[in-house]
Amino acid sequence: MTASLVDFDDVVERYDPMLGLEVHVELNTNTKMFCGCPTGFGAEPNTQVCPTCLGLPGSLPVVNRAAVESAMRIGLALNCSIAPWGRFARKNYFYPDMPKNFQTSQYDEPIAVDGWLDVTLDDGEIFRVEIERAHMEEDTGKSLHVGGATGRIHGAEYSLLDYNRAGVPLIEIVTKMIPGTRERAPEVARAYVTALRDLIKSLGVSDVRMDQGSMRCDVNLSLSPRGSGILGTRSETKNVNSLRSVERAVRYEMCRHAAVLDAGEKIVQETRHFQEDTATTRSGRVKETSEDYRYFPEPDLVPIAPSAEWVEELRGTLPELPWARRARLQAEWGLSDEELRDLVNAGALDLIEATVAAGAPAGEARSWWVAYLAQQANAREVTLDALPITPAQVARVIALVAGGELNNKLARQVVDGVLAGEGEPDAVVEARGLKVVSDDGALIAAVDEALAAQPDVAQKIRDGKVAAAGAIVGAVMKATKGQADAKRVRELIIERCG
Amino acid sequence: MGTRLDVPTAGRAPGVAAPVIHLLEGPLSAAITRDEVAHLARLARLAVTDAELDVFAGQLDVILGSVARVGEVAADDIPPTSHAVPLENVYRPDELRPGLSQEQALSGAPASEDGRFRVPQILGEEA
Ligand SMILES: [Zn+2]
Repeated sequence: MTASLVDFDDVVERYDPMLGLEVHVELNTNTKMFCGCPTGFGAEPNTQVCPTCLGLPGSLPVVNRAAVESAMRIGLALNCSIAPWGRFARKNYFYPDMPKNFQTSQYDEPIAVDGWLDVTLDDGEIFRVEIERAHMEEDTGKSLHVGGATGRIHGAEYSLLDYNRAGVPLIEIVTKMIPGTRERAPEVARAYVTALRDLIKSLGVSDVRMDQGSMRCDVNLSLSPRGSGILGTRSETKNVNSLRSVERAVRYEMCRHAAVLDAGEKIVQETRHFQEDTATTRSGRVKETSEDYRYFPEPDLVPIAPSAEWVEELRGTLPELPWARRARLQAEWGLSDEELRDLVNAGALDLIEATVAAGAPAGEARSWWVAYLAQQANAREVTLDALPITPAQVARVIALVAGGELNNKLARQVVDGVLAGEGEPDAVVEARGLKVVSDDGALIAAVDEALAAQPDVAQKIRDGKVAAAGAIVGAVMKATKGQADAKRVRELIIERCG
Repeated sequence: MGTRLDVPTAGRAPGVAAPVIHLLEGPLSAAITRDEVAHLARLARLAVTDAELDVFAGQLDVILGSVARVGEVAADDIPPTSHAVPLENVYRPDELRPGLSQEQALSGAPASEDGRFRVPQILGEEA
């Protein structure tokens, strides 16, 4: 056990990190990979099961065509070649999360190989990550460890198994070793997982929710002495389940590896688990023997041999990919690189595009989402898209402002009402009585009152110091609780002082 | 080493596939060792006594030897195959099929609790 860590700057001074990322994506097909059971999240335990996914004797798997198509679309979007022929294999292990005692997976014949994904780093630099493979497999069941203090295996008295998730289609996407990241390794890792998530989301083949486990990341990392080119022993960190954690796991492992190597010890080739609360990793499987899965071709499933026509048909279904879309929106909305990056980082791109599609001018749509709504999201500690307001509702508020029915202050109150669950913008305007007062009679009375209250200001205006009118406008706005049309008020003040 | 039964995978780089095991390629005269039997027993979570190691090593040897005789008839012009029937691309549509109720699913389980299968504590590994 090495207790101390090496300072990150010191690590990159003396070591080169070698990074590898394995990402599991749960597909959003209606049914499982090899049987017709549903895949929905959160059902009562063991209610989405059948003889096949329970591994009962005599049951036979049949491949879900939609899952194969999703896998090929992911492969194509990652610029991979689609293998013209491949088999599933059995990965044998004795662990109760798979009732069959094996997991059906593609092993040495993955459906997609040799691709790449260009990822944008924080400063706008494009970094190309080479993809080794994407292959199909099935998810495992969920274990609940009972007894023991931590809910972990160690100390548990027994385990309870729910097989609803067993057999849900998974795609595992594996990068080649990523060299040359240096001090940017943590950033590259996060940027890659972000880009992959956005890509898969655009394909519509998965929910890619890291918080719900429909996207999971394993981080492989090794260090070699700067410039030596000697490949170090790697550790594999599992359980990295947020974008921030991906970055932190890489950083932590770099500092931990360096400490072990500096102490003249050897890195243990092992699986480690990321600890969300402390941003550290702890040793998982320390095995005296190597893992031994005794893979062999699955005899119950026939080979997958996609024809060139099928592959081309699927290529034709690829949507506009995220980076192409970003470039297009950047041009359409006239954004600088930095402005675009801020929108992407804020998760505002989709929302702004939808608001524009609902009829709002791009500038105003952008300003609402990145300013007032972003503040509201921050205050509630949720992401922008989790705010209880739709792009169409935002577009409606923008239209009400453009039509002179609301001013900006009132518009924010309408948005507050929508966020508070008071209904559509028009209903909030009605219920809260938020329409701009442009009735001259009422405004003139308020203006006269304000002028009478501040005779010295009134005199200045009469003397031609029009700028002094601001004070009166402010008083009138206050008197009308912000509901006056400020422009009209100013006109009336000049009129009344003329 | 005798007949290749186990293919260690932990040492490979991510994505670099270890070879799929081909029992039929093993040398015909290979003898399975006690150590190999012990290793397999450990992977299968089976408690095997010292005496049983010798018994099983002998028995497994006979089985592997019998299977390996296939290699005697396999000629260079016959490619290895994993399937008896020359079929490809058999799929089902992504449509729900009725499955089992929770009660049915658990009916064959030796023990269950809260709608879940109950299994003995799992040692030494973590998923
Ligand atoms: Zn099933």
